[in-house]
Amino acid sequence: MTRNHIRFLLNGDEVTLTECGARDMLLDFLRVNRRLTGTKEGCAEGDCGACTVLVGRLHEGVLRYDPVNACIRPLAACDGCHTVTVEALHGADGSGSLHPVQRAMVEAHGTQCGFCTPGIVMALYALWLTNPRPSREEVARALQGNLCRCTGYGPILDAAEAAASAGGQEADALMRRRDEVARALAAMRDGRRVEVAREHDRAILPGSVDDLAAALMEHPDATIVAGATDVGLWVTKHLRDIAPALFIAHLPELRRTDVDGDTLIIGAGVTWDEAEQMVAQHLPEALPYWHRVAGWQVRAAGTVGGNIANGSPIGDSPPLLIALGAEVTLRQGDARRTVPLERYFIAYGKQDRQPGEFVESIRIPLPAPGTRIAAEKISKRPDSDITAVAMGLALTIEDGRIATARIAYGGMAGIPRRAPTVEAALTGAPLAEASFEAAAQAVAQDFTPLSDWRASADYRRLVAGNLIRRFWLSQPEAQREAAE
Amino acid sequence: MRDTATPRGAAGQAIAHDSAERQVRGRAAYVDDIREPAGTLHAALGLSRTAHARILSLDLAPVREASGVVAVLTAADIPGTNNISPVQKNDDPVFAEHEIMFHGQPLFAVIAETRDQARRAALRAKIETEPLPQATTAAEAQAQDLDYVTAPLTLARGDAKAALAAAPRRIEGRMKIGGQEHLYLEGQIALAIPGEDDEIALHVSTQHPTEVQHIVAHVLGVPAHAVVATVRRMGGGFGGKESQMNLTAAVAALGARATGRPVKLRLDRDDDMLSTGKRHDFDIRYAIGFDDDGRIHAVDADFAARCGFSADLSGPVTDRALFHSDNAYYYPAVRVSSHPMRTHTVSNTAFRGFGGPQGVLLAERVIEEIAYATGRDPADIRRLNLYRNGQLTPYHQPVEDMILPRLLDELEASSDYRARREAVLAFNAGGTHRRRGIALTPVKFGISFTATHYNQGGALIHVYTDGSIQLNHGGTEMGQGLHTKVAQVVADAFQVGIERIRVTATTTEKVPNTSATAASSGSDLNGMAALDAAETIKARLVAFLAAAKGCDPSEVRFIPEHVEVAGEPIPFEEVINNAYLARVQLSATGFYATPEIHWNRETGRGQPFYYFAYGAAVSEVEVDLLTGENRVLRADILHDVGRSLNPAIDLGQVEGGFIQGMGWLTTEELWWDDQGRLRTHAPSTYKIPLASDRPKMRIALAEWSENPKRTIRRSKAVGEPPLMLAASVLEALSMAVASVADYRICPRLDPPATPEAILMAAERLKAGR
Repeated sequence: MTRNHIRFLLNGDEVTLTECGARDMLLDFLRVNRRLTGTKEGCAEGDCGACTVLVGRLHEGVLRYDPVNACIRPLAACDGCHTVTVEALHGADGSGSLHPVQRAMVEAHGTQCGFCTPGIVMALYALWLTNPRPSREEVARALQGNLCRCTGYGPILDAAEAAASAGGQEADALMRRRDEVARALAAMRDGRRVEVAREHDRAILPGSVDDLAAALMEHPDATIVAGATDVGLWVTKHLRDIAPALFIAHLPELRRTDVDGDTLIIGAGVTWDEAEQMVAQHLPEALPYWHRVAGWQVRAAGTVGGNIANGSPIGDSPPLLIALGAEVTLRQGDARRTVPLERYFIAYGKQDRQPGEFVESIRIPLPAPGTRIAAEKISKRPDSDITAVAMGLALTIEDGRIATARIAYGGMAGIPRRAPTVEAALTGAPLAEASFEAAAQAVAQDFTPLSDWRASADYRRLVAGNLIRRFWLSQPEAQREAAE
Repeated sequence: MRDTATPRGAAGQAIAHDSAERQVRGRAAYVDDIREPAGTLHAALGLSRTAHARILSLDLAPVREASGVVAVLTAADIPGTNNISPVQKNDDPVFAEHEIMFHGQPLFAVIAETRDQARRAALRAKIETEPLPQATTAAEAQAQDLDYVTAPLTLARGDAKAALAAAPRRIEGRMKIGGQEHLYLEGQIALAIPGEDDEIALHVSTQHPTEVQHIVAHVLGVPAHAVVATVRRMGGGFGGKESQMNLTAAVAALGARATGRPVKLRLDRDDDMLSTGKRHDFDIRYAIGFDDDGRIHAVDADFAARCGFSADLSGPVTDRALFHSDNAYYYPAVRVSSHPMRTHTVSNTAFRGFGGPQGVLLAERVIEEIAYATGRDPADIRRLNLYRNGQLTPYHQPVEDMILPRLLDELEASSDYRARREAVLAFNAGGTHRRRGIALTPVKFGISFTATHYNQGGALIHVYTDGSIQLNHGGTEMGQGLHTKVAQVVADAFQVGIERIRVTATTTEKVPNTSATAASSGSDLNGMAALDAAETIKARLVAFLAAAKGCDPSEVRFIPEHVEVAGEPIPFEEVINNAYLARVQLSATGFYATPEIHWNRETGRGQPFYYFAYGAAVSEVEVDLLTGENRVLRADILHDVGRSLNPAIDLGQVEGGFIQGMGWLTTEELWWDDQGRLRTHAPSTYKIPLASDRPKMRIALAEWSENPKRTIRRSKAVGEPPLMLAASVLEALSMAVASVADYRICPRLDPPATPEAILMAAERLKAGR
């Protein structure tokens, strides 16, 4: 039984839509259809955060609110969610007073032109809800997805601290309505496939992963949409048709992270944000890297699976995951196969994914104790920038020698891939400066990078080698060598 | 009880921005938030995909046939002139007709029922072109002998060539300075609503409503009185809406005229970045003469600018680069010349500082060259060469209000500059791949439009019988807090709380013939004009009250919320109501023209600036010599705003300007490919600072400073000068790089100092080059 409408909560209202195309974005719906003009369009590509809204959804029975860029949030993907816009924000007394976050922004002089302000207020609200005592660094991280061109950010950082001091979370309208909203959202999830369209522009939300497999067999060339942080731009920037589009981010089975013996499993619908806890626990060396991937709004929507599946040569996850020996589980109908991640990428724009097939999960073998791991990313701006060069590295050490070396780069070729000559230079070599120097020099034999607006070929080559040199310098043996 | 000594919000108080509450609630309306009249259509631009080409054919039939399309407009559909040049040169078409002059140039517009339909239809045009030779950079334009887009300028004093020849030491060099995209968060937008006959009303995001009025009138071929341009607020301007909204406004107006229906044009961010101008990048060749003490003898420099395909504001921008090529330093002999080059790129335009920042960077490069050549702390070279009062600038205006020695003394002490520099040197002596740099740089910035006639402002005040006040002036609100400051001036004048005052949208209907809100002049001009209007009404009230009470006018005083007449306080609203009943006019216009200034471009002499604003900053950075990655660790700023009209707003301008300047000099890179296509055309690829890029900052205003000139309450302009405080970041990065060659070679680190630029400079120095 197919359902031919989507339904969701918008602030205090329940909304049912029978006409909704795959290309329809939440932002236009808010601004044009509902005249909720507090949410702004600054870039229509998820880079400025002026359109930040909160999206609440149930995950394993728990209601969780994330900040999301409405500009590239497909409206169809709002099915069963609670969207909260700046217009719904107010003080707890119900008299039309300001919310503590809003008040703090006014009092700290955190607004100038004010165009970014509603988005910043919503990002700070999301932070205030989830982290009542954020450090300055955590506030700045929460704002990685919000651009302000006027203030220089100081007053906004101050406002976040003032809002934290003001507290009042327990009296907040969203917190008080939690159970009611959770019940309403639970009632909306009927496990049915949803199909809606605007003329020929059709969106399909499968009822389950099995239904997704079936739907993809029916529409083998469908566009698979997870967090839409990339596909969203195909729509808003390239004006591409993506119909029929298969939305998958709502499927609970794909949103799971598991530890299966020695293997970490990340479902294809798991967002960067959701995977963070697993990274912190099992791959702490990669946590700073994880924090530099995009901004909060994109990390809250974008998926690790999508980052791999789209085949970008500069995706943030592949270099690290290839170095760790990750595999991709692909599914077609009921058939599954597993390929090493480095073999999934065949050539620029070409991946080992057949029509009707989809990425179901990513399997990461837990590194053996003592494995040396590094994840590095070079970009013009430290945070929320697209990679110029990224490196993932995993070395196992035995008796002062490098037993195995897996090193992969992004941004150095048409696909993310391993550096065989570099690896060969390290494998079996002593844990000493000369080994890493030789490896660094070997980079030039493995890659012929391009020059583009992110970096020149010369810089890419130089820095790719230097990342190996810097890795060595960060090792205790190097520091010991230097001390001697 | 509120302190009744001064009314709430009067000038000098650090009150919040007048729109702050609306902004945090999402209730502050920008143009796209205005409820559209029924039947509003939407426009999209058809942009060129080549940089320089002859148009052979433009087949728009597929565009017309697309779903929802109501009209397609080309150059042939323009009833007036196909020209939107802000300087009345016929070089800036709405739509290119025969020759494409840059990649992203508008060729036509689609008007459709929805914005999505218009954008999709625009992609369906079939364009045949024949490529023509193209110059993307100023150097390429010079090599190809392309013409100037506008007349160049030379400033000279003394015999620079002779002084160079006679100087004990000489250095020649070249500096390339990158441009900058405004990245106002609200993109260009206009909503045009047709009225009776040839009337048209526009809501436009613009710093210059009068310009919109004139341009639309010319493009439509109607008198100026038929056009009304209105703006309540912009979501950022920074100079990018001083002339660049002309395109959006003209197309919306043309669409409204063609269809008889309201038309809105809101540019997609990418189209905005491709089709509207940016800060000029410069390619400067310089020669410096100096002595072993580090004293400058002569500076001789040529400033070639990438102006783009048309003049736009490149004339005054390149002029201002020369005006500030001295920054705060006395050049005993000087010759500086501009070369405003025509290139096949989007026409560059105003951007906070208006050429001044590029001039300042050259001056700081001069200092650096001398410092590294003589082995001295650049801060000492700066002190040595600071202007002393009475010395002449390259444009022969004497500097008379120099306060930098005190400012620098205080900042050096409060930032602990000397000790921290020693610590940085010690840190670098450790010889690891992490290096630090620290720099102290001053700013001296000339305040006034260099086109003297722009230095006028107007205002209109209505006092209503309930004692509420409506205030309108010719300035526009782009976030800088101008409306708040001007309201504070009026609150102060009438001695009433600011809640009595409502500032309304800027519109050509209320205050005509205004200047752009630009050149940091907003509060100087409009604050004075508003004060003039307030004083006119006050004078009428005084005369009325004195006559009514039979007292001397000197016995009438405005005190908080009251007017005291012969010792008796009368509530303000009672005074107003009585005045109304006595038929006293409670509305007045105000006007202001900046005195004393004059400028003769032919002779290169005059007094173009009414006064100078000053400031200084110390920045400390850390650089990774293996990757070029870097961080600004700390910035200390002491800035001069005279007597502040609103310290909170002024501090916001100082911090925001500094961070915007830091972005310009570090991560913000405009990158054109070999086809002349801008490839950093959205925030995904063009990176402005984030909250996490902000260093620890200590910002203070020089509270002792007072404008010696009779400006509004002795304040100083604040919009542009702080941007140049970020020169300290570039100089600090440069010092970190210089450490690899023991500070013996000037790194010549050209901005933007991206990680790549830093790493490559360090490699060059390591190789001894």
